[in-house]
Amino acid sequence: MSKDESAGGTSRRDFMKCMAWAGTGLVWTLAGGVLSSKALAGLQAAANAPRTGSGGRGGGFRFVQISDTHIGFEKDPNKDPVATLQESIARIRALSPAPDFLIHTGDLTHAQKAGGFDTVAQLLGGVASGGTFFVPGEHDVFGDGGKEYLARFGKGTQGDGWRSFDHQGVHFIGLVNVLQFKSGGMGMLGPEQLEWLEKDLKELSSSTPVVVYTHIPLWAVYPAWGWTTADAQQALGFLNRFGSVTVLNGHIHQVLQKVEGHMTFHTAMSTAFPQPAPGQGPGPGPLKVPTEEVRRFLGLRSVTYTAGSEPLAIVDSTLG
Amino acid sequence: MAQKSRLGVFALRPGISVWVLPLIAALALAAALARAASPARAEVHISNFTFEPRTLTVPVGATVTWVNRDDELHTVTSGAFTSPALDTDESFSFHFDAPGTYVYRCAIHPQMTGTIVVQ
Repeated sequence: MSKDESAGGTSRRDFMKCMAWAGTGLVWTLAGGVLSSKALAGLQAAANAPRTGSGGRGGGFRFVQISDTHIGFEKDPNKDPVATLQESIARIRALSPAPDFLIHTGDLTHAQKAGGFDTVAQLLGGVASGGTFFVPGEHDVFGDGGKEYLARFGKGTQGDGWRSFDHQGVHFIGLVNVLQFKSGGMGMLGPEQLEWLEKDLKELSSSTPVVVYTHIPLWAVYPAWGWTTADAQQALGFLNRFGSVTVLNGHIHQVLQKVEGHMTFHTAMSTAFPQPAPGQGPGPGPLKVPTEEVRRFLGLRSVTYTAGSEPLAIVDSTLG
Repeated sequence: MAQKSRLGVFALRPGISVWVLPLIAALALAAALARAASPARAEVHISNFTFEPRTLTVPVGATVTWVNRDDELHTVTSGAFTSPALDTDESFSFHFDAPGTYVYRCAIHPQMTGTIVVQ
C-alpha cells in the first residue's frame, strides 16, 4: 500500500478533492506527519489489498469514522438517511480486520426530534466491539443546549462532552465546538475546554501519536459559513510539539484535507446528504444532487494504525 | 399617484359622485400611515440563509412573525425567545412587550443574525 503513495503536495491534494467529488474512494496514509493518497475503487478493495505492516493485527488496529448521519432529515436528495446509515454499517461490518471502535463526529440527528437519538444508538449498537465515541454537532444540541445528547451519549465525558482516551499507544481526544459560538457564527471550544486540553496533553511524550476528533473543522475551511473554530489556534498550539497529529471532523459533508507541519486535517463525508463546496451558493444547505447519484457523495472513513512505524492509513469510501 | 387617479376615474360607475374617490383615497392613506406608525404585527422572512429585514424596528406591544422560506431548518434564538426548528414555510411568532434591542441568530447556522428594535 505505502509504496504506491509517494506523491504529495498541492497537486495531489487537488487531485484528492476532485476524486472525492467524483465519488471515488481514497487511501490516505500518514507517515511522519506527511500525508499522501491514492484512489480506490472502494473500501472493500482497500480491505482486501495487500498491506505493508497495516491491518490491525499484531500491533495495530483499525477504527472507523462516520459523521453527519442526520437522522430525521427527509428531503431531497436523500429522503431515507436511515437506509444510507444502514448501508454504511454494512460496509463497516464487512471490514476485515474489524474496527476496534467507531468515532461519530456529530450531527447524529437532524432536528432532535423524538426517537432520533434512539435510532442512532440502536443502529450503531454492537457494530464495533469497542462501541462508538461521539461528539455532538449543532443539530444535536440547538434545542436544549445539549442536555438530551449528554444524558444519552455523554457517559465518561467531561464538561460539555469532551473526553480523551488511549488505545494501543495512540491518544484520542474528542473536542466539542458546537455549544458556544463566536460572533460571525464560528465554532468555539471555550476556555474551560482549552484548559482541560492543555492539562490532558501535559504528561504525554511528544512521540505519542495523537488523533483529535471534533464536529466543526479546526481550520478555516470557510469562515463566512461558520466552517471554522474561532479558538482552534490555541488548541493546535498545545498540539504543536507532537510528531504526529491527525485531526478528523465532520460538519461540511465532504472530504477536504490540509497539511500543516506535523498536523493533518481531514473533513469527512456525511452518511445522509452532501453539502456544496465552500462558498458555492447562498449557504451550507443540502446539495441537491440527483437522488440516484447521492450515494456517490455519501460515505465513511476507515483509519488503520500500525504500532512502531506510526502510519495512519486513511480510507475514505463512498456508498456508491 | 397620477396613474392611480386616472384608473380611479375610469373605474367610476355612472351616478357615483367624483367626490367619493378622493375621500376613499384619503381614508386609505390615513389607515396606511397609521399602520406604518404602529405596526401591531410585522414579519421577517428567512431566505437564502439570511433574515430579511436584518434589522426591524417595532413599537412596544408588536408581534413579530418569522417565516422560513428556505429549504433548510432554521431557528430564531436569543436570550429572550427561542423557536423550535422551523422547516420550510413554518413560522414562529413572539410578542414584544418590553422596549429594547433584541439580537438573535439561527442556532443551527449561527452566522445568520438579526435584530429587533422595540421602542
